[in-house]
Amino acid sequence: MNRMWAIVEREMRKFFRSPTLMLMSMTLPLVQLIILGNAFGGKVTNTRMGVVDYDHGEEALKIHEAFQTVAANIRTFETIPYADEQTAREDVRTGRIDAAVIIPAQYSRRVLAGESPHIGLMVDNSDQFVSGSLESEMQSLVDALNAPLIQPKVVAAITLDVVELYPYIEYMKFLLAGSVALAMYISVMIGGGMLYIDDKARGVHEGYLVTPITKLELVLGLNIAGAMKAVLSGISLSVIGSLLAGLGVVFHLAAVFQLALLIVATSIAFNGMMFLLMVRVEDPLVPRAMFGVLNTLLFFPSGAIYPIAAFPKWLRAIAVVDPFTYAVHGFKAILIKDGGFAAIQKDILFLFGFGIISLLLATPLFKRTL
Amino acid sequence: MTSGPPSPIPTSQQAPAAPPPAIAVENIVKRYGTFEAVKGVSFEVADGEIFGLLGPNGAGKSTLIRMMTTLIPVTAGRALIAGHDVAREPNAVRNIIGVIPQALTSDIDLTVEENLSIYAKLYGVPRAERERNIATLLEAVDLTKWREAQTKTLSGGMRRRLEIARGLVHSPRIFFLDEPTTGLDPVSRVAVWEMLDKLRNSMKLTILITTHYMDEADNLCDRIAIIDHGKLVALDTPLALKSSVPGSSVIEVQFGRNSIDRKPQLQHLAGVTAVESRGSGEYRLMTANGSLTTTQLVEMATSASDPIRGLSVQNTTLDDVFVYYTGRQLRDEQVKAPSFIMPPRPGMQP
Repeated sequence: MNRMWAIVEREMRKFFRSPTLMLMSMTLPLVQLIILGNAFGGKVTNTRMGVVDYDHGEEALKIHEAFQTVAANIRTFETIPYADEQTAREDVRTGRIDAAVIIPAQYSRRVLAGESPHIGLMVDNSDQFVSGSLESEMQSLVDALNAPLIQPKVVAAITLDVVELYPYIEYMKFLLAGSVALAMYISVMIGGGMLYIDDKARGVHEGYLVTPITKLELVLGLNIAGAMKAVLSGISLSVIGSLLAGLGVVFHLAAVFQLALLIVATSIAFNGMMFLLMVRVEDPLVPRAMFGVLNTLLFFPSGAIYPIAAFPKWLRAIAVVDPFTYAVHGFKAILIKDGGFAAIQKDILFLFGFGIISLLLATPLFKRTL
Repeated sequence: MTSGPPSPIPTSQQAPAAPPPAIAVENIVKRYGTFEAVKGVSFEVADGEIFGLLGPNGAGKSTLIRMMTTLIPVTAGRALIAGHDVAREPNAVRNIIGVIPQALTSDIDLTVEENLSIYAKLYGVPRAERERNIATLLEAVDLTKWREAQTKTLSGGMRRRLEIARGLVHSPRIFFLDEPTTGLDPVSRVAVWEMLDKLRNSMKLTILITTHYMDEADNLCDRIAIIDHGKLVALDTPLALKSSVPGSSVIEVQFGRNSIDRKPQLQHLAGVTAVESRGSGEYRLMTANGSLTTTQLVEMATSASDPIRGLSVQNTTLDDVFVYYTGRQLRDEQVKAPSFIMPPRPGMQP
């Protein structure tokens, strides 16, 4: 086994001598965490809402007052008066405004008479996120306008009381689990995939193969080194990411222990998978070409960005066998839910099992000769 | 390597068994699909010898060395290294050989000492012996003061010396070097030759070297095997190979009038054993008596009133040997596209 440790020593000395791998493996996840975390986490604000008022009555005035309240407080939108519906529609189409509210003639009379009054809302539904937010805001306004001025003593309507287990989770916190897994994947892709093939092409493996090292020692040495690099990337990103996202989990001993265990399991799974994929590859271009494909195939179906429950069946099938899924689930359980060991038990078992099976499959494929 | 049981003391009736040659290659063949890269080559290398495999790129030298060093499987025939069959006892072979591949493969991010130390560990050299060997080898390759330097700071010649030390860090008996001076400047090449000769004597090494440099083979090797198209075409000492070529000198002459065929006349000059016409009034003569042939050649040109535009006389070189045995120039082969492009293999260098 001393020969195996010689391989590990060589890989780790190179790794620490040149910090490029560590920096490269952390740059993309950190940028993603900061940019996506801030871009997707916030609420829609400062949009422009055109208002076409054909009524000018007392009840229409209440709508204007409600709009002013929105503009002054949560600032979802500010209003721009329009004289006619046609111009407002054209401006929504060309993007000058994001939506337009039409208050029809006779609106106030219909409200007072209880004759099913309507307000129109024109939205640019090519941007579903903004249009959805405006629709939701307008629905809230309409609900408020419909509410009776004096609440009845006995409420007949059914009310749903929602209990949120955790404080409000910003998107950056939600994204952190995926970013940690992504940093480890990039470390494995570069350290275990690209550098492995580059070393082969440069003839470094030829140097190993003329020594009495056994196939198993060589495979284990390369994989232990690859997993150690991924562990270091995982730990670094967990600490930096937690501090950036405002999570204090890295200061709790039990959580740190669970995190460390999950990082080790994830490293073994990712490294085993990468070694299995690369064991017979000779061309240094192949891992570079595979980088983006594997990233999309493994990262996006994992639930890191979008919930798995919203996927079609075939995409869920990928998520079931994707080690990213279990890594992301486990990291979420520790980083934002404080779920304890019970919450990550299955993830750890799957990841260890996946890594070991991958290595068992890869070892016979590894050639002891050129 | 584990040592076997003690050998019985030979009696007066029993002649002591002769030790096996350092390297014995018997009718070895390497096939890639339908292409035969090595076609039944056989030779032996004695203990302490520096043996050269000389041939152009694509001749099969590297394939041959890779079979002998257990890197690629042998298709047919066998190779014995100190009596161990490379196919049956690869680990026994690996323990007693040192190998320097064609490409520079030392880790540029590691220091000189770290590179040596890691390879010593891969060979399972114990710590005390490892430290002693590294110190001795760094001294031998003149890199002691660069011990702590990162390999990326070394010149090409120094890196090659480091690789030589790396290949010897476990004190092998037999040392294989695949084109060790390719890409080095002339001064560094000579330094490598001197170093190898010194190491051969101090470490009692047997060295097998592949090269396509004639001067390298001539200066360094005790014996040379010329390989061409996967076949062994000649094998002997450099001196014997040169003597085997008809004529001890080569005369190159160019006549002023190139329309006249002078070949029949030249063949009758004293000492001439072969004449080759190269066009444009230029001829190449092999002769056993350089000075007499030259005198007669000048007299012939004078009497024919055909001025000599160029004349050179030189002793037979390995270039001539190569031309004689293969029918073509080695340097031409190096610039021409090879007739066969080696199929892609792991670790194959461009």
